[in-house]
This record gives sequence, structure tokens and C-alpha cells, in this order.
Amino acid sequence: MALKVQVQTTINNEPVQFLCEPRQTLLECLRDVVGLTGTKEGCGDGNCGSCTVKLGDRIVTSCLVLGVEAEGETITTVEGLAHGNTLHPLQKAFLEHAALQCGICTPGFLIAADALLQKHPHPTEDQTRFWLSNNLCRCTGYDKIIRAVQAAAVEINGAPQ
Amino acid sequence: MSVTTYNVIGTRPIRHDGADKVTGRALYGADLQLARMVHGAVLRSPHAHARILRLDTTKAAAHPGVFAVVTAADFPPAPTDKIVDFGEGDTLLSSLRGNILASGKVLYSGHAVAAVAAVNAHVAAEAVALIEVDYEPLPCVLTAPAAMAPGAPLLHEGLANGNVAEYVRHEIGDLAAGFAAATVIVERELNTATVHQGYIEPQNATAFWSSDGRVHIWCSTQGSFVARDASAAVLDIPVSQVRVTPMEIGGGFGGKINVYLEPVAALLSKKAGRPVKMVMSRRDVFTGTGPTPGSRVRVKIGVDAAGKITAAQAWLAYEAGAYPGAMVGPGAMTVFACYDIENVLIEGFDVVVNKPSTAAYRAPGAPNSALATETVLDEIAEKLGIDPLELRLRNAAKEGTRRADGPRYKRIGCVEVIEAMKASAHYNAPLPGPHCGRGVAIGYWFNIGLPSSATLSVNADGTVNLIEGSTDIGGSRTSLSMQGAEVLGIRAEDVHPTIVDTDSVGYTGVTGGSRTTFATGLAVYEAAQDVVTQMKARAATLWGTKEVEFSNGTFSSGSNSFSFAQLAAQLGATGGPVVGSAAVNPRGAGGSIAGLIIDLKVDPETGKTDVLRVTSVQDAGKAIHPAYVEGQMQGGTAQGIGWALNEEYFMDGSGDMRNSSYLDYRMPTALDLPMIETIIVEVPNPGHPFGVRGVGEANIVPPLPAVANALYRAIGRRLHSVPMNPATILNL
Ligand code: FES
Ligand code: FES
Repeated sequence: MALKVQVQTTINNEPVQFLCEPRQTLLECLRDVVGLTGTKEGCGDGNCGSCTVKLGDRIVTSCLVLGVEAEGETITTVEGLAHGNTLHPLQKAFLEHAALQCGICTPGFLIAADALLQKHPHPTEDQTRFWLSNNLCRCTGYDKIIRAVQAAAVEINGAPQ
Repeated sequence: MSVTTYNVIGTRPIRHDGADKVTGRALYGADLQLARMVHGAVLRSPHAHARILRLDTTKAAAHPGVFAVVTAADFPPAPTDKIVDFGEGDTLLSSLRGNILASGKVLYSGHAVAAVAAVNAHVAAEAVALIEVDYEPLPCVLTAPAAMAPGAPLLHEGLANGNVAEYVRHEIGDLAAGFAAATVIVERELNTATVHQGYIEPQNATAFWSSDGRVHIWCSTQGSFVARDASAAVLDIPVSQVRVTPMEIGGGFGGKINVYLEPVAALLSKKAGRPVKMVMSRRDVFTGTGPTPGSRVRVKIGVDAAGKITAAQAWLAYEAGAYPGAMVGPGAMTVFACYDIENVLIEGFDVVVNKPSTAAYRAPGAPNSALATETVLDEIAEKLGIDPLELRLRNAAKEGTRRADGPRYKRIGCVEVIEAMKASAHYNAPLPGPHCGRGVAIGYWFNIGLPSSATLSVNADGTVNLIEGSTDIGGSRTSLSMQGAEVLGIRAEDVHPTIVDTDSVGYTGVTGGSRTTFATGLAVYEAAQDVVTQMKARAATLWGTKEVEFSNGTFSSGSNSFSFAQLAAQLGATGGPVVGSAAVNPRGAGGSIAGLIIDLKVDPETGKTDVLRVTSVQDAGKAIHPAYVEGQMQGGTAQGIGWALNEEYFMDGSGDMRNSSYLDYRMPTALDLPMIETIIVEVPNPGHPFGVRGVGEANIVPPLPAVANALYRAIGRRLHSVPMNPATILNL
């Protein structure tokens, strides 16, 4: 077994130190070492998006990032979206629009959609579909997810001018 | 149509597990952490067909950090003819065991051969690489026709006929006379490739074999009791010695009924003396779990000048994969199930091939056969100059129609679905331009009953706790709670559902066969009636009367009346808790018809198909929670479109799957689809108090033929193989 490395990060606004082997992915570290299992693994090779987290100011598929690469970084996972017991507008919109069935893809979609709305406050349907095309959902056919994201955009940023 | 008005049914409450699922708190199988837990990994065959000459695990067992190694030799001896019931079909125990860990021969590339438990998943993978296996490769067969050919390599000894495991035949009327009466006869053969359910959460199982002899399994399964019974059978221990805790499940679509890892994790745990967790990689999921069969279906239909089908004949060969059970049975039963036809002959063949053993996938077997029927009807409609929906309407199955495999339909919504399609805005809108085509098709799925159990306990604050055993893949906690709430006259939010383990609730069948809202819903309905009966007795005691009425959530007698909550607050004083329970095994499952209208545009340069507009229509019987009914329709439609246009197992000649990642096995993304319009038709099922039919499956049946028919309209030529991808379109 390889020697472990200490990694210092900020996760969901809290300083977090963890120990990991150099071969462990950020996804493994979040789930198995830090205990934040809200981020899901669907493929392990960057193609499903269910492991999407925010790393610094961009979103990444955390299965393609090593834990040691998170040194000094700021990370947001699905567990960090709500403010205390107040759900993020995207979380509320997903519930109100029935935008999840099994829910395994939901954490990845929420993180990706949050990044979308920061870049495009009022995304068109095409922009939304393009941005979310790295996230696979096998249950919903995407319809209700797209509607939820667009409703959340209005909730957060008001009606488009 | 139903005129009953409901307070809760038909509304769209927030799902009960919603907050947990959008905040990351919900625990899926792979999220489980237990003290002293170790991690398993599986060695899989690189050969599609080979004899195992030598299997040596010594080096793996000696690898630092390894706790246990198991092979098929660790299973107790198997009785060869024992049958295990899997909810959507029976399985031979020897097949089940053979598929879990190969013994003697490997039958597909990806077949599990041995497993290791180690301190973490990386060390387990290292140890798996140290297992030594000598194989004697054997010739493999990869398609049904090749496997049925004389002299084909045989997978098993003792099947009915070479590689044909089962032959089914359904016949009514006089076929020759029927065809003689036809004006137009069209016969075509349609092929489909092997495809996967594609659930995003890989299979997983954690097991702990306790020193008291009981095995506790935590897993993602569509049926905790089926997982319990199958694991007990494989391990040869009584069912009561296995307790299955169903974790949240990340999609199933039929693919998470079978057990793969559960018994292996249990055996590893027995040896290791610790809990063992196993999680599949995506490649393991593609190559080591059950996809749905590739198929050849030949259909011949004759129609007279009035547009009435006079005769229909079908020949179906489905690839079962390595072990019998290709779902050709339901394929044969559904091939003409939408139509009232007097003269029919259907023959089906269940054929083993060197591919992963197939599993159920949403209306298993039906899309394959509907592809043939519905494209042939499309050709006939064109030849006769009849609108394709009108042709279907003239032949639509009705109450009393006899299906070729025997049963007569009770009330069924075929006419209503077709009429809704004809009347839809979509069907009456013009196509947007050149290279575009519109296709339509309909499809049928039985829906099933099977046992379910439920318990409701009344809280003093006027709410109830619901204990049930149906794993919730798409909002069933809520569709069940709503049925209880409707009976009790309370809000959906006043029912608190919990899905419990197999020690804690009565037997409950799989979440599959579109049965949960129907059958477990019936159990909840009956349990709620039990609560009402008991509460009436309490009110009678309080009021010193015999006659108590209950309606719209109010108990009353003369001038006395109590709301449900008011009476609930009095239970302590009138004899203590009220707990209602029910166990049901309903016979009244009602089949569902679905239809699809789809507009496509094909780029003549690249062969790429864009989906422009889609409308899914389905008879729900009664939509308990319309948003989740729409969700089922949209999800099934998306899967069907992926199946039709792009998805396939790309096998090389040696039987290796060359596209076993989501990059290469490309499922529809958000960018590949438009919004999916839905029209819910409600023709109540007489077999359910609210008329529920179940909506999980029929919606995946029409997309394959609807896409094929739309492509024909767009490019002027007919394709006879699915997937109809750019390469096949360009090579026409
Ligand atoms: S698990 Fe990382 S993209 Fe699929
Ligand atoms: S809700 Fe199941 S994969 Fe998206």
C-alpha cells in the first residue's frame, strides 16, 4: 500500500484536511475518506457527470481528478448547495418540477446547473441542453430537468429582460 | 371515463424523499460505510466461450491486504433442476449460480470467474490480477441465427434443441384462409441489437455473514424479497437467514431484479469475517450484467380493402445470452397485442449465445416485436392509402378482444390512445421542411400483480406512518402515500412512508412490471380501509353508538363528528394505537397501451438524425401523481429513441464488447432530445379501486417503430435494423 499524503482543502466553506493515497481520485476522497457521499459515481471515466463538483471556479468530473490535486483548493459538493435548512432555488425547482426519478444523477446536475446559472443568468433551452450534455440521466428524458433549471433561473435572477 | 373526484389523487405533491435526494443525504448502495468493512472485486473472463482448465488463487490470497478469495467451488453443491422465481420470470438455479460465478466453462466475455475481498478496492483489483486461469478457448456464437444453424457450437448440454432453450407457439383461427382474404400482404424481417438498460448507478452489494449464521445484505435492488430469496437459494440457506436492506436505487428498468454481487459478497464475508462491499465498474455493468436481447423478428400481415387485418404471422428469435430466458415469451404475447385479429400464428425461439445473460428491460421483449408489426402496418397503410392511425383504429383491440396467447381483454384503452394521438396538436401540425419525417406507432404491455404488503400506524397528531417494501425508483413513496391519504381524507404530506428491510414488512414483489403503484398501492388502500374500520369502532365507543359514517376525512354519527386528526388524538383514551395492515396478491392488473408521434430530420450529408418533436401518449388508467406519470412516459420515450437511433453492443468476432463505456455506448444526452410532450389517457382499470394500470413500461414500446416509420418518411427508404444510426442511413 502506498504511503498517504495529507491534503488541505476547503470543502463547502469549511476547512478540511484529509489523508489519501496518491492514486485515489478526488471522488474517492470525497466519498470514502471525507464521508461526503452525495457526489455519485456512475462511470469512473468522465462520461456520466454524476460526480460533478465545483473545484475552484470551474466544474470538474471528480473521478478524473486526483485527491492530491485538490491541495489548497476550494470545493463545492451537493451537500454545500443549501443554506442550512433552506434549499438552493435549484434544489427547490428540481422538487417542484419532479426533475428527478431515481435521483442518482441529481447531485451532478445541480452542481452543473448552478455553474450554468452563474455564467448565463437566463440560459436559453439550447444553452441549457448544451451545458448539461455532460450529465447523463437515464430516467427522465431531461424534459423536467431543463424546465426546473429554467424556472430556477427566473427564481434567482428574475424574469429575463 | 371516470367522473369520480379526488382530493389527493391527481395532484402533484413534492415527493417525500425529495429533500434527501437533492441535498445528497439519501443513501444509495455504494454510500454505505460499515465498521471493519472491506472491499470486493471480481475477476472476469476475457473469452466469450472457453473451458476453465486451471484456476489458481494462491498468489491472490497471499497478497498483502487480502482477506478472502472465492470461486464457484465455494458454493454448496447445486440441485440441477431447482427453479427460482425472479418476479418477471423464473430462473433455473444452476443458471443463476453459473452466471454469478462460472464453473467449468465461461460463456461470455465478462463472465465472473472469481472474487477477492481486500482492505480497499485498489488492493482488491491488484489481487484479482494475480489470479491465474488457464482457458481452453472454444468457438463462440454471437447471434440467434448462427446459434440455431446446424453444427453451431453448443453452450449447454441438455437444452431442448441445440442452443434453442424454449419454443413458444400461439395460434388462433385459420391462417391460410385469413391471408387468402387479404388485399395487401406485407412480410418483413426486423433486427435489433443488444442494448443495455443503462441505469446510472452501477450494481452494488454489501454483505455481512454474522457468527449467528444470518446474512445481512444491503444492496440496490428492484426487489428486496427477490434479492433475499435468490441469495438464499444460491447460498443454500433458508430465506429467513437472509435479511436484505434495500438502499436507495439509482435506476433499474428491469436490470436490477437479478442478483450478481449479493451472494458473492456474502461468501467473501463468511470467509473474511467482516462486512464486504462490492461495487461494479461501468465496464462490469455492461459486460457482466444482463442487457436486453438482440432479436430477429419476421412479421407477415394481410389486410383487406376495408383496412381490416385478416391474418398475422410472426416468427421471433431472441438472444438469451449465456443462459435461457430471453423474454421471447412476452415478445410473442405482445407482437399483435394491440389488435383484434382472428387468424394468428406466432412462433418464438429462446436462443442461447455467447453474450451476457439477458435481463428484463422495461416491457421486456415487446419493443423488439412491436418494431416489426408497427413498421409492416405502416407500409400497408401507405399501400392502401389509409392514414396510419386510422388503420390502427380500425383494428384496435377492445374489451373482449382475444389475444392469440389466450386471454380476453377486460376494459382497455387502445381506441382512446389512438384517438388522442389523432386529435393531438402534434399530429395535426405541418412538418417543418425537407428531409423531415413523421412516424407513429403504438405498443402494449401487460402490467403485473404479484404480492405486496403495507402497514399504516396512526399518530396522535392525525398523520400516519406507512411501512412498505417497494423500492422507490421514481417517486413511488409518494404515489403510494397519496392512495392512503385519499382513503383517510388527509394530505399526502400527512403520510410518512418508510421502505424497510425484509425482516420488517410482509412479502412484497419487485418494483417492476409497472406494478408498484397498482399492487402496493392496493395494499396501502386496503391497509387504510383497515384503519378506517378500526377508527370507526373507536368513534362508536366514544359516542356510544353503533353506526359511524366516514366520508371525506370526517367520522360522523348523528350530530357527532370528528375529523381524522380529532379522532386520532383520542386513540390513547379509546384503547390505544391503531395499526392497519394488508397483504394483497391482486389478479386485476390492467394492461397499458402507449403511442408515440415523432418528427425527425435527417442530414443527407452526414446521416445524422435530429429529433424535432415528440409526443408520448399512454393510458395510465388513473394517474395518481401526474408529474411522475409524465416522467415515466418521458423516460421510456428517451430510452426508446436511444435504442432506435444509436445504442448497441458493438461486439467483435471474438465476442468482446468494444464499446463498454458511456463514451462509446452513447445514450441520449440533453442535447440529443427536445422537450417530450405527454398526453395521459385515463381509461380506469376495473381491477383497482382508483383505476390504476401502471405506467412504467408500455411507453418504451412505440419509439422503435415510430422512429423507423419517421425515418422512412424523411429519407424515402426503409431500414430493417436497429440501431438506425448515421452509418446505416448513409450506406443505404
Ligand atoms: S463518475 Fe465521473 S463522470 Fe461518471
Ligand atoms: S433521475 Fe435517475 S438517472 Fe436521472
